[in-house]
Amino acid sequence: MTYRNPPTTPRKSATFDDYTLSEIRRAAATGIYDIRGAGAKRKLPHFDDLLFLGASISRYPLEGYRERCDTSVVLGSRHAKKPIELKIPITIAGMSFGSLSGPAKEALGRGATLSGTSTTTGDGGMTEEERGHSKQLVYQYLPSRYGMNPRDLRRADAIEVVVGQGAKPGGGGMLLGQKISDRVAEMRTLPKGIDQRSASRHPDWTGPDDLEIKILELREITDWEKPIYVKVGGARPYYDTALAVKAGADVVVVDGMQGGTAATQEVFIENVGMPTLACIRPAVQALQDLGMHRKVQLIVSGGIRNGADVAKALALGVDAVSIGTAALVALGDNDPRWEAEYNELGTTAGAYDDWHEGRDPAGITTQDPELMKRVDPVAAGRRLANYLKVMTLEAQTIARACGKNSLHNLEPEDLVALTIEAAAMAGVPLAGTNWIPGKNGF
Amino acid sequence: MPATTLSKTAAHDPRVFDLDQQSLRELNQALHNLAPGSNETAWEVLNPKGSHSVAVGVDQPVAIDVRGSVGYYCGGMNSGSTITVHGSAGPGVGENMMSGSITVKGDASQYAGATGKGGLLVIEGNASSRCGISMKGIDIVVHGNIGHMSAFMAQSGNLVVLGDAGDALGDSIYEARLFVRGKVDSLGADCIAKEMRAEHLDLLQGLLDRAGVTGVKSSEFKRYGSARTLYNFNIDNADAY
Repeated sequence: MTYRNPPTTPRKSATFDDYTLSEIRRAAATGIYDIRGAGAKRKLPHFDDLLFLGASISRYPLEGYRERCDTSVVLGSRHAKKPIELKIPITIAGMSFGSLSGPAKEALGRGATLSGTSTTTGDGGMTEEERGHSKQLVYQYLPSRYGMNPRDLRRADAIEVVVGQGAKPGGGGMLLGQKISDRVAEMRTLPKGIDQRSASRHPDWTGPDDLEIKILELREITDWEKPIYVKVGGARPYYDTALAVKAGADVVVVDGMQGGTAATQEVFIENVGMPTLACIRPAVQALQDLGMHRKVQLIVSGGIRNGADVAKALALGVDAVSIGTAALVALGDNDPRWEAEYNELGTTAGAYDDWHEGRDPAGITTQDPELMKRVDPVAAGRRLANYLKVMTLEAQTIARACGKNSLHNLEPEDLVALTIEAAAMAGVPLAGTNWIPGKNGF
Repeated sequence: MPATTLSKTAAHDPRVFDLDQQSLRELNQALHNLAPGSNETAWEVLNPKGSHSVAVGVDQPVAIDVRGSVGYYCGGMNSGSTITVHGSAGPGVGENMMSGSITVKGDASQYAGATGKGGLLVIEGNASSRCGISMKGIDIVVHGNIGHMSAFMAQSGNLVVLGDAGDALGDSIYEARLFVRGKVDSLGADCIAKEMRAEHLDLLQGLLDRAGVTGVKSSEFKRYGSARTLYNFNIDNADAY
């Protein structure tokens, strides 16, 4: 019997892991960068790295089902004659008709309305589906100005000037030709079937001084009635928030890199911008330094999944959060019931992100008339409303345990961090210590 | 009827707003309060002195004469009114116009007619850079020259230039038509010179007539538009950008 040296276990590189290798092969075969939807998928410091302390001897809790815990929030009280009043501090983020199907937009409007919150248009204009089914609708003012018109501006409940988004701060949009149906093409004044590039910056203003004049124009057109939001991608949240306030915004929206997009380059999504957790404290600090915290409201989005995330964001000083990806999942996006069809597309339920291809088995990110029939707007809207209700109840549960009779009374002092990174980003102590990295010279 | 003369046809004295005495807010609110069919069809704005957002969001077919120069976004989102600026206009004059017409007697700054969906914008002097950027159906006639990057990503509508055009005209253009009488410093990505066929000569003559241009023939212009090679992404075109 011959002796064989013990073999070493085959070892794959941590640097050149399976995903990386597949991407190199794909790039070599196709000569084009990978385009996909959704937000950053890499592991990032997030709300999971924070914990609430709850009440103890030094403070007492509120009774879970007996004592009131307010969830309402008013947005736009700085300048607008008609601020938006929401029953819950969770709004639906901007997602375009074009990127999403008509029934999906309707479902978002129905779900938001049932829940007493707002939904938002996207890069593609306002549709009757969403205006008709959304009690409170935020109309996005985007660089492309697709479908922009004064009538829709006036029948909106608020206006959101979009400077950037978390998935791609500094990047424009792309809606590839396969999703450009007759209706989408007409709304965007472009030929059917061609790729539609949404510009990365506004065509008629650059910089904060111009933005101030642009906001003045929008206010004048709408007779100072509508709250005006300014949305930025999570890049330089301190300065962007301060400049938005200076430019006259009623509400600042900061979108972290986990925030989704309809389609952009994978390299952009995963490598540009900051995690949501890292954006919040600088944005709140900017408002506090200007004496505008709670006067100009702050909305944060990107990776909000449950009531704990909502409560943590509010504790850090945010006025409301926005959800996009999670709302789509509530409608039925990436549902395992379509697993066989996801497999045919070379993916699996939970990982499907080729939204730009327009072949979504769930009928949400498509313009295919047959696929979009799979979304029942009434039932899907109900699911979204259920989900929003659960998130709200979860956030209230935590707030009561911390002794707060309003979600907005949560504060950083209620939080600790599990990791040094999260402690530094959120500006709360590492659990079990009084150490906040970066504070007091350490 | 030429747009430039419309403002003189009102049958009664205009309603005068003096921005030295009254606020911009009062002016725009009064214009927005106009009901359909109102008899207040003639308006005059005095002492604009570079004010921004003069007569924005007007949605009734009234004539507004602005006596002096304006700042940003004069006539923004105009729907049906006829605005005449008896002076020069700052950036974004007539931005996102839906219909109606705006005439600037002097020069216009950057982004004149940006994203305009319809109507007619006439600049009797020169227009600066990015004239007609992202235009979506508006017609723009410039008596003088236009600056660089004009008609960038222009989707539809017509841009007519009696003088010269700066660099990178029509970069990443879609279906808008560009007519330039003078020289073009350079064309942007995917923008090419195109044949001037009979229908284009007719179209252009109609635009010149509507803009009150006389003594200029449509045959003196060259037409530019999209080569349509960048309409669908192709990696082999990456060097074009």
